[in-house]
Amino acid sequence: MDIFTVTRGRISRFLAAFFRKRHSRIGIYGPPNAGKTTLANRITKDWTGETVGEVSEIPHETRRAYRKRDICITGANGSSLTIDIVDTPGVTTKIDYKEFMEYGLPKEEAIARAREATEGVAEAMHWLREDIDGVIYMLDATMDPFLQVNIMMIGIIESRHLPVIIVANKIDLPDASPQRIRSAFPQHPVVPISCIDGENVEDLYEKMVSCFR
Amino acid sequence: MQGVQIDLISEERLENLTSMEKIRMILDKVREGTIVILERGLEPEEQSKLIEMTMREILPDDFNGIEMETYPSKEGGHLFARLLGKHPSTRLTVIGPANQLRMIRKDRDLISAWVSSGEPNAP
Repeated sequence: MDIFTVTRGRISRFLAAFFRKRHSRIGIYGPPNAGKTTLANRITKDWTGETVGEVSEIPHETRRAYRKRDICITGANGSSLTIDIVDTPGVTTKIDYKEFMEYGLPKEEAIARAREATEGVAEAMHWLREDIDGVIYMLDATMDPFLQVNIMMIGIIESRHLPVIIVANKIDLPDASPQRIRSAFPQHPVVPISCIDGENVEDLYEKMVSCFR
Repeated sequence: MQGVQIDLISEERLENLTSMEKIRMILDKVREGTIVILERGLEPEEQSKLIEMTMREILPDDFNGIEMETYPSKEGGHLFARLLGKHPSTRLTVIGPANQLRMIRKDRDLISAWVSSGEPNAP
């Protein structure tokens, strides 16, 4: 862990304690392979120096909701926010183990992965109804945002009156269109970022501090 | 005669069911291979529970989950309704087995779907 990260984390925790801000659980939700775990890792690495989980190109690499506690984020004006980040499995209405076999997994391993993934999605939905105070909804900016699962999830989040930031990820790719996401969900803030190279991630931190405090 | 059963369920019938009864009815029908069309869609809380229960019932080579499409909600609703905390009303919804129902096209006022009667789940 570099000295900059350690110092920034300490200052952030000090400011959070000083101003006694509320401690919130922020869930990172979205369809599979949108970059949820990559974002969770970036947030925790930037503010604590640690990471949350593994990432891979195979869908449903994250099959459990993982919580990283006590992350203090400080905005440019010095205001801060203390949160637990909950990284969740990609939400879907269908899981077929044969899709995992297309990535070279043997049948038994693919079935086990599918079973874990179904349990993980069910768990993520339960978290959303019971234990989440705010949501980062993660979308791949190269994909169609009008998928039914996105429409449903945003509706569920709105019905619970949870603050939400929509992240348009993968803007480093040529087909990315954050504007398409803005058009799909004009009622919510949309922050375009690239989790892989960190582009615009500071804008997301600013938005998190203003939206989740 | 071979084919696919389609059940169109009226708003009145849905109103007489509890959330769990609705979800159970939908999942039981879909697991039998029936395409369910709801005249009025599920509330967000019910959608959340439907996803959760669907995940708990997925079985390899038997049930892969559901395909579900609905028209987008009518934007915003009336200001007075919003002030009272009422959500935009839900709209016609199509739900079917993921291995039999494929959405071809969807926009604000049209859902175009393809239904197969085959058994692609068979091992």
